[in-house]
Amino acid sequence: METILFYFFSAFMVLSALMVITVHNPVRAAFFLVLTFFASAVVWLLLEAEFLAVILIIVYVGAVMVLFLFVVMMLDINITELKAGFVKNLPLAIAVALVMFGTIYYVVGGDQFGIEHFATPDRHAADYSNIAELGKLLYTEYVFAFEIAAVILLVGIVAAISLTLRRRPNTRHQKIEDQIAVKSEDRLRVVEVAPHARKGER
Amino acid sequence: MLDLILSIYEIPVINILVKIVAILVPLLLTVAYFTYIERKVIGYMQVRIGPNRVGPRGWLQPIADAMKLMFKEIIFPSGANRVLFIIAPTIAISTALAAWAVVPFGAEMVLADINVALLYILAMTSIGVYGVILAGWSSNSKYAIMSTLRTAAQVVSYEIAMGFALVGVVMAARSLNIGDIVQGQSGSGILGWYMWPLLPLFVIYFVSGVAETNRAPFDVAEGESEIVAGFHVEYSGILFAIFFLAEYANMILISVMAALLFMGGWLSPFADVSFLGLGSSFLAGSSIIWLISKTVIFMFLFLWFRATFPRYRYDQIMRLGWKVFIPITIVWIYVVGIMYYAELAPWFIKG
Repeated sequence: METILFYFFSAFMVLSALMVITVHNPVRAAFFLVLTFFASAVVWLLLEAEFLAVILIIVYVGAVMVLFLFVVMMLDINITELKAGFVKNLPLAIAVALVMFGTIYYVVGGDQFGIEHFATPDRHAADYSNIAELGKLLYTEYVFAFEIAAVILLVGIVAAISLTLRRRPNTRHQKIEDQIAVKSEDRLRVVEVAPHARKGER
Repeated sequence: MLDLILSIYEIPVINILVKIVAILVPLLLTVAYFTYIERKVIGYMQVRIGPNRVGPRGWLQPIADAMKLMFKEIIFPSGANRVLFIIAPTIAISTALAAWAVVPFGAEMVLADINVALLYILAMTSIGVYGVILAGWSSNSKYAIMSTLRTAAQVVSYEIAMGFALVGVVMAARSLNIGDIVQGQSGSGILGWYMWPLLPLFVIYFVSGVAETNRAPFDVAEGESEIVAGFHVEYSGILFAIFFLAEYANMILISVMAALLFMGGWLSPFADVSFLGLGSSFLAGSSIIWLISKTVIFMFLFLWFRATFPRYRYDQIMRLGWKVFIPITIVWIYVVGIMYYAELAPWFIKG
């Protein structure tokens, strides 16, 4: 059963990854990327890494890809224009792709990560908590690496905001603080008017 | 005969299927009558009567609505992507229902008792956004895509505040398992619930939940006066009904999660209370009835909000999410850390 599920979702993942780079419509390509993430999350679940699988879905599927889709939907991408230099650049592209493939194969190929280099890991019992184990490792052994990663992310956030922040003093914009602070007395004046009969009436 | 039925029930697949049906049938019935109660409650709040034509006092109104929608024609807009147009409501309803797999209804009454339950629910709600995005994009309609952009931005923003609010709960309970979180609130009746030490997070969780489900006053996604009906403006018949169903199932999910995480779930408010001898009476027993009544309070709040508040402006929604809620949650996470080290009774006593 597990083997069937593994092969089904692996095939699903490879196929949708292929679709990402072959479909014409960029929005559809983004949706196929979502499917790829989803299938890889299921494969991680089968590897008993349930925490990573769920985090993959929350972070990549739930946040990153939504923002990606935003950008892709808003841009009016002209496919034919993009394809114009396809044949001209093909030899260079193939060369780059081969070099990339060779490097990746050398680093993570069978020589380093082949099945004969690793003993079959033991199955964990049903009460094994992936999160507790990960938390212990992250906050004891790898605490400095973890903190450095957090600081780098913070720097990234600050940099992104400061790059895009434009102060335009000439534009009129709403100050929400002022709007919220407004009281009814500032806007409305109740005038006491003494009632009196008009001339000529009665 | 009974032995035969029990032996069939012992087969894992059958067992799980029976449990799924036992969760989904009451859930869908609740959704159906939640729509009826919504119309009635808002009707009374606005000094109207609400639906009263179908059946006695309009009790059969949801059934009539469902029948009507089922027999209506499904219209595909011209230029719509037909496959994605049908997949979109499917994603919306399947994620809304799949999240219920990890919701416990009692100490042992849970379909999937998993360690990452809380994260699983967050993951399901974040996949649910794709239903909205796909619907808006595949409809080939300006109104739908504008609503999609609003919804997606809103849901992604409020998910952060909601996640931070849940971090406080996880810190207090030291577990992501919802059953353990409820057990962590036991021991001193109503005072033991996490809503007291985590009060700001509790408020933020529920308000974010209202924003996540695109309900009033955060319903700019379907602002009738601007963009007609939002992302499902092109949907008709049963496909529209499915979106409707998913929205209400998500509202009930937010309510039941608020009851479980902050108000002690199935624990009785009178348990271990010496006042008037209530702690030893039948009221002190934990039961699913407590969970249901707490959930109903939150479900009523959803309706009350809708009848009371005017719609937020879009920039106000974003300001509330990013500049008010997220800073408060971050500060309160530190406060929870301090309470944790001070071992503040009765919530943070280490077992």
